[in-house]
Amino acid sequence: MPKITVQYFAILREQRGLSEESLDTTESNPANLYAKLAAQHGFTLPSKSLRVAINDEFASMDQSLKDGDAVTFIAPVAGG
Amino acid sequence: MFSLTPFRIEDLPKPAAPSSVGATVIFEGIVRDVNDDHQVEALEYEAMESLAVKEGAKILAQALAKFPIESAECIHRTGLLQVGEVAIRVVVSAAHRKEAFGACEFIVNEVKSRVPIWKKEHYSGGATEWINADQM
Repeated sequence: MPKITVQYFAILREQRGLSEESLDTTESNPANLYAKLAAQHGFTLPSKSLRVAINDEFASMDQSLKDGDAVTFIAPVAGG
Repeated sequence: MFSLTPFRIEDLPKPAAPSSVGATVIFEGIVRDVNDDHQVEALEYEAMESLAVKEGAKILAQALAKFPIESAECIHRTGLLQVGEVAIRVVVSAAHRKEAFGACEFIVNEVKSRVPIWKKEHYSGGATEWINADQM
């Protein structure tokens, strides 16, 4: 089963209760992975409000995940 | 150059401009004491540093391609800031002011909309809220 690292920041970090975790998952893409994690951990943000980064590059929510990927779900940003 | 800093931006020197520069526009975004009728005591900024620095550098490169300017820099604060502290500083230098103003506004707008930085407001009374986290 592919092993994926998931990183959390800001509201997602608080709702998950940690900054990073390593998961064995068969979810094929970030959209499916987020849906599963949201159901498990009660994330309040809808998937459509998020962006995602894979290995520190912006990516699509339907990009295929592969073993060793680092996935970061990015809540709506608020810099400045 | 785009950078993040945990230190007070107001204590950092502003970059020197070359002699071909006739205008430098400096924007500083400052922590305000009221937002949406809430009394704000402090703001907490958190960044995904690896991606924020890359995305910020892209924005500065886009500004340099889009406007006839000589240089553009942006520094964004992380951590807990009190009211009155500088959260972001953008410095743009150009031969003429019009382009410097335009590029400076472009950079601020793009940073606010694209760079993975988040802020949490701390209100008087102790409540806190992540900004933009309630949007659908």
